[in-house]
Amino acid sequence: MAKKVSTYGVDYSRRFTEILVSGALFICMLICLSVLFLIFWMLIGNSIPFFEEVSVYDFLTGDQWNPFHPNYPLFGVQPLLTGTLLVSIIAGVIAIPIGLGASIYISEVADPKVKNWLKPFIEIIASVPSVVLGLFAVIILADYVMIIFDPYSRLNALLGGIILAVMMIPIQVTIAEEAMNAVPNSLREASYALGATRWETIRHAVVPAAFSGIVASIVLALGRAIGETMAVTMTTGNAALNTWNPLYPVLTMPATLAIEIPEAASGSLQYQALFAVGLLLFIITFAVNIVADIVLARYREAYK
Amino acid sequence: MNRNDKQTIIFGLLGACMVIVVLTLIIILGSIIVNGIPMLSWDFLTRSPEIDDTGAQTEGGIWGPLVGTFYLMMLVLGFAIPVGVLGTIFLVEYLGKYSWNRILWIVINNLAGVPSIVYGLLGVALFVGYLEFGLSLIAAGLTLGLMVLPVTMVATREALEAVPQSLRDASIALGATRWQTMRHHTIPYSMSGVLTGIILSMSRAAGETAPILVTGVVASAAIPNSLTDSFQAMPYYIYILVTQTANVDRAYAVAWGAALVLVGLVVGMNLVAIVIRKRYRKKYKW
Repeated sequence: MAKKVSTYGVDYSRRFTEILVSGALFICMLICLSVLFLIFWMLIGNSIPFFEEVSVYDFLTGDQWNPFHPNYPLFGVQPLLTGTLLVSIIAGVIAIPIGLGASIYISEVADPKVKNWLKPFIEIIASVPSVVLGLFAVIILADYVMIIFDPYSRLNALLGGIILAVMMIPIQVTIAEEAMNAVPNSLREASYALGATRWETIRHAVVPAAFSGIVASIVLALGRAIGETMAVTMTTGNAALNTWNPLYPVLTMPATLAIEIPEAASGSLQYQALFAVGLLLFIITFAVNIVADIVLARYREAYK
Repeated sequence: MNRNDKQTIIFGLLGACMVIVVLTLIIILGSIIVNGIPMLSWDFLTRSPEIDDTGAQTEGGIWGPLVGTFYLMMLVLGFAIPVGVLGTIFLVEYLGKYSWNRILWIVINNLAGVPSIVYGLLGVALFVGYLEFGLSLIAAGLTLGLMVLPVTMVATREALEAVPQSLRDASIALGATRWQTMRHHTIPYSMSGVLTGIILSMSRAAGETAPILVTGVVASAAIPNSLTDSFQAMPYYIYILVTQTANVDRAYAVAWGAALVLVGLVVGMNLVAIVIRKRYRKKYKW
């Protein structure tokens, strides 16, 4: 059957499909964007009633977190911030140097055949669910931490920091390796031609050229550490102590949310306080990611 | 010390870092395999968790959690992934030329890095509270969907943008409409990239605990009959066994077994994704 075609050669069935498909795609896009917008709206909307009760200043500077106290609930976020930062710093101190060494090794030193095996291997490790790493930390790692460091309790900030480092390294290595891979070979060859050794080339040519990518890899990995929930909830002991001692148990912001949301009655002040904690966590991780993005954009533009 | 000795020492140190990383990973995977394998049996896989004499839920197997995790993955595949992929096609193919598009993608990219528990919070407010789904399978599935939405969108965009603009131009020049260009060129060429993204999103949904912890997973739930029932899930069962079960010896043993199955599932999906990506890189070189 001949298609219905107008005098001007317009194919109606083609045009109809076109409009239908565009419409369907457009609706999907609207859903996507509204959902993303909802994240901001829900967090802010649910926190506002809390900040009408407790001032932002009191929330940020209060040094006691005890939202379920029957008479005098306390909503100071300091212990949670301290706990989150302490665990992330411990993780960073362990993961950053090791991750840096490993990414330079994979990108610059390793034999290409070995490299082809190492890269997917590291990617697979990045995919291991955090609850499984938590299981490993609680059952096996905790024994060794007990023997070596003699902490105040079996579950503590140090144990959480170590297992977080394990989660940070694959992220850091993947991004940093990519950044060093993007450095043009002409730079390396020029350096060799001037008589530099391989290490001198790495240090004075490759690393400076990929510097912003390396920094971004560290920032992104730290952002992940700040927001990690399950492994930290299982390993850090969850006591809101407001201490910087790594051998004591601490309570992090994500762990607070995971533990206390199921306990808080919907719409209560505690419930709203948890949204305020969530908003703070969201702002921190979002800011960290934006910084990493800006830094990354710089290295991408430098070598186009 | 001359320059070559220095290089040898430093390369040794770099290699040591690599060895530490590889060893850690081998120790972790090794202990999961060594401790998990003795638990594996047909019974373990096909029986639901049961309560022992002390009231701890450590007898039986992992059938209930396994089914729950499968349902969650199907919900993510049914809702979030199609919306994410199709929405991204519109954003890239129709609106890609606008400058605000770039800023939008910076935001989406960053939402992919927002902690999973924040998505849990969103799910509690939106699905459990506002839409009144209660603590249920559908609330948890949609919450996981929210969490993987930015990830799916970023992966789809990367796959679409890897297709050279010249191919689209050529197709349009031959008189094809936008949809015909997408159907015969852009979508087939970017298919493997999109597929990789979908598999990775689903594996992430399978392994994630925090968002479902607050939206409806219950350790003693029956296998759900409807979308509004509560449910069990693999990562949550492991969490409960490790943190809240009195009969430690048996609980840890079951936890290792469940961990082995979960890691097998997630790592298996990731391996498939890696293989697809490798093949596609060889197939299309522009």
